[in-house]
Amino acid sequence: MKYLYFPGCSAEATGRAYDASARACAAALDIELVDLEDWNCCGSTSYFSIRELESFGVSARNLAIAQEMGGMDLIATCNACYTILAKTNRYFMDDPTLHEEINEALAAAGRRYDGNVRVRHLLDVIVNDLGLEAVSARVRRRLSKLRVACYYGCQLSRPMGTFDDPEFPVTMDQLVEAVGGEPIDYPVKTKCCGGMLMLTQEDAALKLCHEVLQGAAQKGADVIITACPLCEMNVEAYQPMVNKAYGTDFHIPVMYFTQLLGVALGIDDRTLELDKQLVPVGGVLAKVPV
Amino acid sequence: MAGEKIGVYVCHCGSNIAGKVDVDEVTRWAAEQPNVAVAREYKYMCSDPGQDLIKRDIKEHGITRAVVAACSPTMHEPTFRKAAGDGGLNPFLLQMANIREHCSWVTEDGAAATDKAKRILGAQIHRLPLNVPLEPIEVPVNANVMVVGGGIAGIEAALKLAATGKKVYLIEREPSIGGHMAMFDKTFPTLDCAACILTPKMSAAGKEPNIEMLAYSEVTEVDGYVGNFKVKVKKKARFIDTDKCTGCGLCTEACVVRKVPSEFDQGLSKRSAVYIPFPQAVPLRATIDSTRCLTLTGKKCKQPCVAACGPAAIDFEQQDDTVELEVGAIIMATGFELWDSRKEQRYGCGKLDDVITSLEFERISNASGPTGGHILCKDGEAPKSVAILHCVGSRDENYQEFCSRVCCMYSLKFSHLIKEHLPETEVYECYIDMRSYGKGYEEFYKRIMDEGVNFIRGRAAEVTDVALEKGEEGHLIVRVEDTLLGITRRLPVDMVILSAGLAPRADAKATAQIFGFGCSANGFYLERHPKLEPVSTVTDGIFIAGCCQYPKDIPDTVAQAGAAAACALALVDNATVKVEPTISYIDHEKCSGCHICVGVCPHAAIQYNEEKGVAEVVEAACKGCGVCVAACGSGVPQQRGYLDEQIFAEIEGALAV
Repeated sequence: MKYLYFPGCSAEATGRAYDASARACAAALDIELVDLEDWNCCGSTSYFSIRELESFGVSARNLAIAQEMGGMDLIATCNACYTILAKTNRYFMDDPTLHEEINEALAAAGRRYDGNVRVRHLLDVIVNDLGLEAVSARVRRRLSKLRVACYYGCQLSRPMGTFDDPEFPVTMDQLVEAVGGEPIDYPVKTKCCGGMLMLTQEDAALKLCHEVLQGAAQKGADVIITACPLCEMNVEAYQPMVNKAYGTDFHIPVMYFTQLLGVALGIDDRTLELDKQLVPVGGVLAKVPV
Repeated sequence: MAGEKIGVYVCHCGSNIAGKVDVDEVTRWAAEQPNVAVAREYKYMCSDPGQDLIKRDIKEHGITRAVVAACSPTMHEPTFRKAAGDGGLNPFLLQMANIREHCSWVTEDGAAATDKAKRILGAQIHRLPLNVPLEPIEVPVNANVMVVGGGIAGIEAALKLAATGKKVYLIEREPSIGGHMAMFDKTFPTLDCAACILTPKMSAAGKEPNIEMLAYSEVTEVDGYVGNFKVKVKKKARFIDTDKCTGCGLCTEACVVRKVPSEFDQGLSKRSAVYIPFPQAVPLRATIDSTRCLTLTGKKCKQPCVAACGPAAIDFEQQDDTVELEVGAIIMATGFELWDSRKEQRYGCGKLDDVITSLEFERISNASGPTGGHILCKDGEAPKSVAILHCVGSRDENYQEFCSRVCCMYSLKFSHLIKEHLPETEVYECYIDMRSYGKGYEEFYKRIMDEGVNFIRGRAAEVTDVALEKGEEGHLIVRVEDTLLGITRRLPVDMVILSAGLAPRADAKATAQIFGFGCSANGFYLERHPKLEPVSTVTDGIFIAGCCQYPKDIPDTVAQAGAAAACALALVDNATVKVEPTISYIDHEKCSGCHICVGVCPHAAIQYNEEKGVAEVVEAACKGCGVCVAACGSGVPQQRGYLDEQIFAEIEGALAV
């Protein structure tokens, strides 16, 4: 199984652990990832709200390169990258005017795009292409009795619900079950983490983070797993500020789903960058027999 | 057939046709076509003056064939064929050219529409010289009527028909008649007790000598045609001799299997494996659930039911039995299903204990229900606050787009019942729009507002048990945007009632297929015309009533049941009925007796004549579907009115423009 891989900007900064654990899991599961050459920003953040056409152009350049490299499915790990690239793809195909405008822009750089690249999320590829049984067969450390809150964030399944229910996705829960863990009932699983508001409207973002954490705490989760670098950072790094604002005492480890999957696949902590977590995970993982 | 004189009549249909099609141009063009003697246009051809044009031309111009270019034949073909007949022309020498549904309504461009109208009309002008006079076939009518479904619609229709002296077969799938209405506590807006007004009718239906009730039975096959249906009904084995059973209920008390969720109580109470669904059941007879009974599932049981039964009515050897009934008309009253609220996962139905459906609340508030009429949460405590969420599964593009029509009103009723039982309890209704459109409904709404219920205009976003604020712990929290205040609210409550919409029965399509009619896009049975024939189906002699057609309240259901009974009576009260002569025939000279047509006929209307070695059409049974015509390798069966040469002529006519 061979795929193109779009690391995204966070892979080189706050989301390094996501990139490292994703690559390690893919290797352990015989999923071959070929890095997209000379990739650029997916077009995310506020750029779309201010200069839409330019954002589509920036995003489509990645798709054009994917096409040049053979047009295999393009995997993103960051929820924002995934959503933005998929959105560009859809608008590109649905809107003939935009189609032409984007290709006009790409032509200036000597490229063109025909719309045949499928944008995929790594979670989708692992669960639906490889399959839960295949994952389960490779588990070396079953995560028995580990209570996991699967936090999908706002962008993974919405708005289209491409590979899961838009409001109540279950793919990550199924993956946790396949590696022997116990996904908890987690009604806030698609709530917003606050996103960029943490920088501009801190109160609002902390309020949202509080809900995500409170849901996990109330249901007795050992760990929250996410599929998005921004979710991971907000929910993990801002726990002290949430505690201060709401008089709570949260110390819930937050991991990328690929880190938890890596643990189950027997990949060492250093490769998975578990030693760099802000809320230490050692304590809860000690519950899991080696 | 040269020398035929064709009259062409092009209808404007107000602006329905003339708004797109250049009617003058089409008429001018038609006048120049071969055999056309006169061509006229008129604003409304179906009006009396319009019809008179045709009648006059037959008399004054000696018209021998006519074509009306107007709407669909399902709309006005009978009108114009009658006019032709009244004018002295055989009705089957008149053809319809559908330039409305097939042309003006579905074509954007005027010039294209005009061209298409000419082709549609040209096809009929071309085929008309080949038409031959046909005479309707008159067949006797069976005076019995079958009513399928024993809810309030079916009961009402059956009682009305029985009162006229007709024999009625009332078929019910469940062990008792009564349907959904029997589960309700009170009815809006008058707050009559549902049982008080329904059970007398159920009992009357049980005692009525003209009604033969087949409960715990299902229709498996329908054959025949208007006035002469043959219906196979499977009487499912109750494993009880219903002639001996007295409905005393001693067997139900003796049964050792006691934990079967009661269907009638929405699973909120348990019944035994041998059971009577509710005390007022009609027929009041026990039924053994073959999937739960120890004896019938091959397990060991001392059979205390047998010991308890005085009249020795229990019969473990009983088998399903199929009976064939002959009736002249059928009324479908198969009802609805409550929309499955578990599909709307945001509301936590099935996951959160005190999120309940409307039917569950009906049972909880009912004096004969699982809590004896006390409104209680799962922990046995009375709720101090209740939220009622409207439009669950209704008015929602993700699920059912339509309004279920009864939910606003039953929600108001729930509020009243809660306030009546628990005056201190806070009640919140989260609604999109209040639809209180019926007689006395708006007044009822006003009354409930005065009772102190809180109305919040906004569709609820979610129901969660994740407590974020003080006072939320241990409660269900309803998150809702109050669109009148422009704020989002979190309502901590003890109980949430989901006012789920009405859905078509899961097997509605399959059932409709057995009876030979169709369903609308929303899954409910399709009526022949939404306004003028709301109780008829496309199959002559089969009528519909109640929620199987579309969600409706009890008054509308009862009214429609009466209308369906009147329509059925208008049919079966006649000694004979005329059926279309456009059926198939087989030329014995050419038939090789290969049997292919015998096998393909869906109506068993072709029989093999052993003596002559040929196939023969049973005229009264043939429905003119044309399958035999297409199936025969030698092209022997032909259908009157749709002969090969007539079809080819139509094609040539359509291509000739």
